[in-house]
Amino acid sequence: MNAQPGRNALSRRTFLKSGAIGIGGLVLAIDITGCSKRGAKSAAGEITTTNAWLSIGTDNSIHFLCDRSEMGQGVYTGLVTLLAEELEVDPRRIGVEFAPVGAAYTNALLGGQVTGGSTSVRDAWDKLRIAGAQAREMLKAAAASEWKTTASTCRVENGEVVSSFGKRFTYGELAAAAARLPVPADIKLKDARDFRWIGKSSTRLDTPAKVDGSAIYGIDVRLPGMLYASLAMPPMLGGKVRSFDDAAARAMPGVQGVVATSTGIAVVADSWWHALQARNALKVEWDGSASAALNDGSILRGLKQAAAANGIVARKDGDADAALAGAARVVRAEYQLPMLAHATLEPQVCTADVRADGCDIYVPTQTQGAAQAAAARAAGLQPGQVNIHTTFLGGGFGRRLDVDFIPAAVEASKAIGKPVKLLWTREDDTTHDVYRPPAYDTVAGGFDRDGKLVAWKLHLTGPSITARVFPGAVPPGGVDPFSVEAASNYPYDVPNVLVDWVPHEVGLDVGYWRSVSHALNCFVAESFMDELALAAGQDPAAFRRTLLAKQPRYLGVLEVALRHSGYGKNEPGRFRGVAVMEGYGTYMAQVAEISLVDGKAKVHRIVCAVDCGQAVNPTIVVAQVESAILFGLSATLWGEINVQGGRVQQSNFHDYRVVRMNEVPVIETHLVASDESPGGIGEPATALVAPALCNAIYAATRRRLRSLPLTRHNLA
Amino acid sequence: MLTININGSDRSVDVDPATPLLWVLRDTIGLTGTKFGCGMALCGACTVHLDGQPVRACVTPVSAVGTAKVTTIEGLSADRSHPVQKAWIELDVPQCGYCQSGQIMSATALLAANPQPTDTDIDAAMSGNICRCGTYQRIRAAIHRAAELAAKEQS
Ligand code: FES
Ligand code: FES
Repeated sequence: MNAQPGRNALSRRTFLKSGAIGIGGLVLAIDITGCSKRGAKSAAGEITTTNAWLSIGTDNSIHFLCDRSEMGQGVYTGLVTLLAEELEVDPRRIGVEFAPVGAAYTNALLGGQVTGGSTSVRDAWDKLRIAGAQAREMLKAAAASEWKTTASTCRVENGEVVSSFGKRFTYGELAAAAARLPVPADIKLKDARDFRWIGKSSTRLDTPAKVDGSAIYGIDVRLPGMLYASLAMPPMLGGKVRSFDDAAARAMPGVQGVVATSTGIAVVADSWWHALQARNALKVEWDGSASAALNDGSILRGLKQAAAANGIVARKDGDADAALAGAARVVRAEYQLPMLAHATLEPQVCTADVRADGCDIYVPTQTQGAAQAAAARAAGLQPGQVNIHTTFLGGGFGRRLDVDFIPAAVEASKAIGKPVKLLWTREDDTTHDVYRPPAYDTVAGGFDRDGKLVAWKLHLTGPSITARVFPGAVPPGGVDPFSVEAASNYPYDVPNVLVDWVPHEVGLDVGYWRSVSHALNCFVAESFMDELALAAGQDPAAFRRTLLAKQPRYLGVLEVALRHSGYGKNEPGRFRGVAVMEGYGTYMAQVAEISLVDGKAKVHRIVCAVDCGQAVNPTIVVAQVESAILFGLSATLWGEINVQGGRVQQSNFHDYRVVRMNEVPVIETHLVASDESPGGIGEPATALVAPALCNAIYAATRRRLRSLPLTRHNLA
Repeated sequence: MLTININGSDRSVDVDPATPLLWVLRDTIGLTGTKFGCGMALCGACTVHLDGQPVRACVTPVSAVGTAKVTTIEGLSADRSHPVQKAWIELDVPQCGYCQSGQIMSATALLAANPQPTDTDIDAAMSGNICRCGTYQRIRAAIHRAAELAAKEQS
């Protein structure tokens, strides 16, 4: 992105002013006045807007406004590829900037301008290809009218329109005229056979800026006159400031002010180091009464008590309770999962520049609309007066779907009257996360007299993230869809299935964590699948294969993973476990291969078969699978957030461990060729690691682990 | 006033000598390529070179720099032409990219000391650099690739 936040101000303003018109399901922000912005000049020359994502300069520069946040998952490259494919321009020729807040940028799968849920490509797949095709047709029409011919006699080629006589116009020469033409409603998209860029591996467009230090993250924003802030937040969950003495802090070098904000006491100074030193000199008396009795034990007890109730039904086939009651054999188990932190490597950070008439927010966020609303509230402004400038994100993983770190920066800037960059420490970040919810689940399977699995019942208990983040989105008595993933889509051929869910708040804020409830429920469902295979006296893979006979895509990935992993091969000291799942429209199977070393599982290899439909950029897909697997591996091996007396016990990477170079197994990703539309890829692979690994551990030890992380269990 | 040599130029900075080098680079001088991840020498995001040796800038007081030459990611090359940068681009290593300045500085120091590192050498030299996005497999491959590229440049 641009290093200078102001550089794209022109195009942003243009888009903000443009009216949004809905055309055949597509929203294009077309500037009907066309000419009115022809006076707008920039270094790039005249900028012409053809739609919400695309601007073409008279100097033939082409810019894509990326309306999803780049947090490593590759939208910066993948989305521009979709548009470029139909526009017939090499994606590398297109400059990418991050979009402002705008109605056109709503993610139809999530109902807001949100990057999450592995939705970006799925949401954009048609939308951006159509936008590219419409722009292309408008450029063709403009050329045709110049040449006094019909558009159908013209073709496009590498950013130029070519006539049947070989005359040429660059897109830049046509852009101004094209922008005044009507947006064509009837668009024919390319056949997949003709794709030049989609489906081909190409290097990421953001790589160069990420190998020379020039990519601008939230922490890197620098504005004229900007000050730095560190925020003293309550050391206990839900704590409040009772009183504070800032005399010593104010006397420290470089300190410009101390601001009591809605989320803590911000110390503002001329450098972040000065701000941090002065923050440490604050004397604060906290009121921790709200969470004094909150600890791991009380949270688990609460979940177990709540689990005694019947849940809200998320999936019901037949009558699982009756089938269990009448079964010849019933297997039951309880599973339990800890809370987790996101631990994005870039701690939470926000830069705010609040003025009387508006404000600018520079922030690594996954949710521009919510960021705008939060900033407006904190500044006492209307949302329309708040400009959100999205930077690169130093990791997202769902953490930056929350906007809790924004108001304090805004309040500090407003109070001091200057731009303020407020940066959390790692300790702030670990102790003030919105944690992955804990879970307590019971599961049962019933076999008939012939040994056929006839009933499966999963009873989930845990807090609702969606109810907190989007108040009102989960109606009373309704299911939070982000609590029952990898459960309500139970794929196995069993006549009686019941999935129900008991919402139970645990006394702290929970958040969306990479793959959300897939990571919770896949662990239970796929570990228990092995328990059922054992009860049935079958090999876990064979047991799954039979029950997936009617599920070709599941079966497809299962077979590929088994084949490549050497599953079933007899290798002394090596043990393998398998798990399968569908999430975000992507089908996956993983096989983990381990050995036992000093009573601990050593993970040697994880083989992952992936059917994600058409892959826009296969190398990015593979990278995401590797990334998601290691995210799941860290959690499985060590991940837990503990609470004692309302205080989070972990603080930094020494006690919240994540995988390091010397701990990485070989990861093998196999993409299954597919013509289906793309599925999500940023998250699903995270969820299969724990069950595949625990199934391998069972194969090695005959011990079934029903809670995580593995550090809780001594396998010796 | 302290004078330190950064990426080949002497810079005078008026800061408390106890200030970690990281914040002098980032806030005082404006070289923001070097990142902050933990502040406790646990993540490696702040890795820079002092006379070619990798150090964690977050725990290195600026006063400890003395006459040593500081190299940051911005000083590695003017045009991403260092073999490590080339290999990183070729193999498309970065995801979010936040850790990558530190990874690259650790990798360049490793290769300078050990032009043909084994996987075990890579484990030893790189295990102080966390990548939360899990790009390790590509980092490992890119270090081997950079070793090849550097060897070619030598010959
Ligand atoms: S910020 Fe210096 S090692 Fe993490
Ligand atoms: S690329 Fe994101 S932390 Fe390494």
